Amino acid sequence: MELEVSNLEAYYGKHKVLSNLSFSLEKGKLMCVLGPNGVGKSTLFQCILGLKKQHAGKIYIENEEMETLDIRQRAKRIAFIPQCHQPVFSYRVKDIVLMSTECTLHGMKSPGKLQKQMALEAMERVGIAHLAERKYTQISGGERQLVLIARALAQQAKVLIMDEPTSNLDYGNQIRIMKQIRKLAEEGYTILQSCHQPEQAFLYADEILVLWKGCVLIKGTPKEVLTEELIQKIYGVDVEIKSLYEDQIRVCIPAHLHKN
Amino acid sequence: MKRETKILTALSMILVFVFLLSFGLGKYPIQLKELLGILGSKIFPVSKFWTTNQEIALFNIRMPRILLGILVGAALPAAGVCYQGIFRNPMVSPDLLGASSGAAFGAVLAILSGAGFLRISMSAFFFALFTVWLVCLVGKHAKGNQTLGLVLAGIMISSVFTSATSFLKLVADPDQELPAITYWLMGSLSGAKKSDVSFAIIPILMGLIPLFLLRWKLNLLTLGEDEARTMGVDVPKIRGVVIACATLITAASISVSGMIGWVGLVIPHFARMLIGCDYRKLLPASVLMGATFMLVVDNIARLATTSEIPIGILTSFVGAPFFLYLIMREGE
Repeated sequence: MELEVSNLEAYYGKHKVLSNLSFSLEKGKLMCVLGPNGVGKSTLFQCILGLKKQHAGKIYIENEEMETLDIRQRAKRIAFIPQCHQPVFSYRVKDIVLMSTECTLHGMKSPGKLQKQMALEAMERVGIAHLAERKYTQISGGERQLVLIARALAQQAKVLIMDEPTSNLDYGNQIRIMKQIRKLAEEGYTILQSCHQPEQAFLYADEILVLWKGCVLIKGTPKEVLTEELIQKIYGVDVEIKSLYEDQIRVCIPAHLHKN
Repeated sequence: MKRETKILTALSMILVFVFLLSFGLGKYPIQLKELLGILGSKIFPVSKFWTTNQEIALFNIRMPRILLGILVGAALPAAGVCYQGIFRNPMVSPDLLGASSGAAFGAVLAILSGAGFLRISMSAFFFALFTVWLVCLVGKHAKGNQTLGLVLAGIMISSVFTSATSFLKLVADPDQELPAITYWLMGSLSGAKKSDVSFAIIPILMGLIPLFLLRWKLNLLTLGEDEARTMGVDVPKIRGVVIACATLITAASISVSGMIGWVGLVIPHFARMLIGCDYRKLLPASVLMGATFMLVVDNIARLATTSEIPIGILTSFVGAPFFLYLIMREGE
C-alpha cells in the first residue's frame, strides 16, 4: 500500500474532529474525499502531511510510518498542493517551482544545476515551461494551479495531497486541471484529493472516501458508493443520478429541476 | 551575465564609489590623492605629502563615521527584509518586535544615570534584546495564530516601553538631560568613534552571516508555515534563527546610531522593485543599497547646513520623494 491510515483520531483542543478513521490507497490510484463542509477533510490532510500535532493513530507512506521520518524525509515522499492562492510577494514561476526542491538540498545550500533541471522538467510535464519567467501573481488562476502541481512534481514525491484543486477556477480550467491530475495518476502518482462535485468524482476518481461526522461512512468505487441516498444523507439535497453512454458516465442532477 | 548579477555588480561598484567619495566630503577637505596616500602609507612606504591634521581627521573622525554608516545602513534593511519575509508582510519594519522602543528605553535610562557613550550603547543594546526576548516569550504562549500572537505582543510590549521612555523624559532635567535624550532618539552618526564601530561590528556580522546562509530558505518561509513544512523546512527552527539574527543586528545598529527609522522598511522595497523577491538576490541588494543610501544621506547631513542635521530626520526627507516616484512608476 502506498498510503495507509489506521485508527486516526484528531483533536482541536478537547474537541474530537476525526475518530477511528482507517483507509488505504494503492499506488497509481486517485481517491476523492467527499463530505460536507467542516467534516474534517482538511484536518485529515493536515494529519497525513504531519502538520497537525494533536492526533493519534498511525499513518504509513510507502510502508514507512510517518512518525519515524523527519521533516525532509516526509517531504521526499509526500507533497501538498494547496488551493490556488495569492502569495504576498510576487515570485517568478520558475522560483516558485524551484522552492520545492528544498528537500533535496543539504544544510544551508541553495539550489544548483540539478535542482533547476528538476524544476524545468516538472514545468514541462504540466505544460507551463513557457510561463517560467512570468510573475506568479500575474498569471491566471488555472495557470497558478498548474504551477502548484509542477511544484509538487519537482519535489519528487510520489504521493500527492490536494485540497480542492479546482475550487475558484472557471469551468474550462476545472476540466484542464482534472485532466492533468488524472494523467498523473496514470503515470503512477498516488493522489488523495478533496472535492465537492459528485460529477468530478464520477468522472475522474478510482475510489471515493466519504467522511461523515468525523468517521469513514463508506469507501469504494464511485459507482458503488455514490448513490442518491448517500448524497441526500451527506449533503441534505435530493438528486437523481443518471447514467449515460451505456453507464460509462454517470451524472448527478438536482431533483427540483424537473417535475415528472 | 544574468540581469540580477549585473545589478548586484553595479550596486557594489556604486557603494565603493560613494565610500571613496565620502572620505573627501566634510568640513576638513581631503583630496583623493591625499586619501590614497594616507591609506597607502599604512601598507607601503610613502613619503608624507599631507598634513598630520588630515591624517587624524581621516582616521579618528571620518573613517569611523563612514564605517558606522555602512554597518548601520547594511544592518537595518537586512533585518527589515528578513522580518518582512517571515511575517509575510511587506509593511513590517525591524522594530516590529519592539527592538527600537526597548533600545530607546535603555538609552534614556543610561543617559539619566549619567553614563558615558559606551554605557549608553550597551544599555540600549541589552534592552533591545531583552524586549524582543520578552515579546517572543509572550508570543509563544499566545493561543491560536502564533504569528499574530507575536505581532500583538510586540505592539503591546513596545507601547509599554515607549510610555516608560516618555515618563523618563518627563522626569529628566530639561537643561542637560532632555536635549541629550531628544538628540539620541533622533538618530545620528555624528560623533561616531572607533569604539562605536568595534562595539557594533561583531554582533552585526554575527547576525548577517547566518542570514546570508539562510537566504534561500527565507523564500520558502514567505509561503507560510504549512506549505514550507510540507516542502521539508523546519519552520520553527529557521524562523527562530532568523528572528534572533535580525534582532541582534537591529539592536546593535540602533544602540550606536540611535533611532534611524525608515531605512529598514523602505530600502527592502527599493531592492524588491529593482531585483525581485528572490532572497538569494534580494538580501545582498538590500544590504548594498542600504549602505550606499546611508552614506549619501550622512554626507548630506554633514554638509547641507553649518550645524549638523541628525540623519534620522533626513532619511525620510531624502528617501520618501524617491519612493513616491517609484510607486507611481510601478503602476504603469
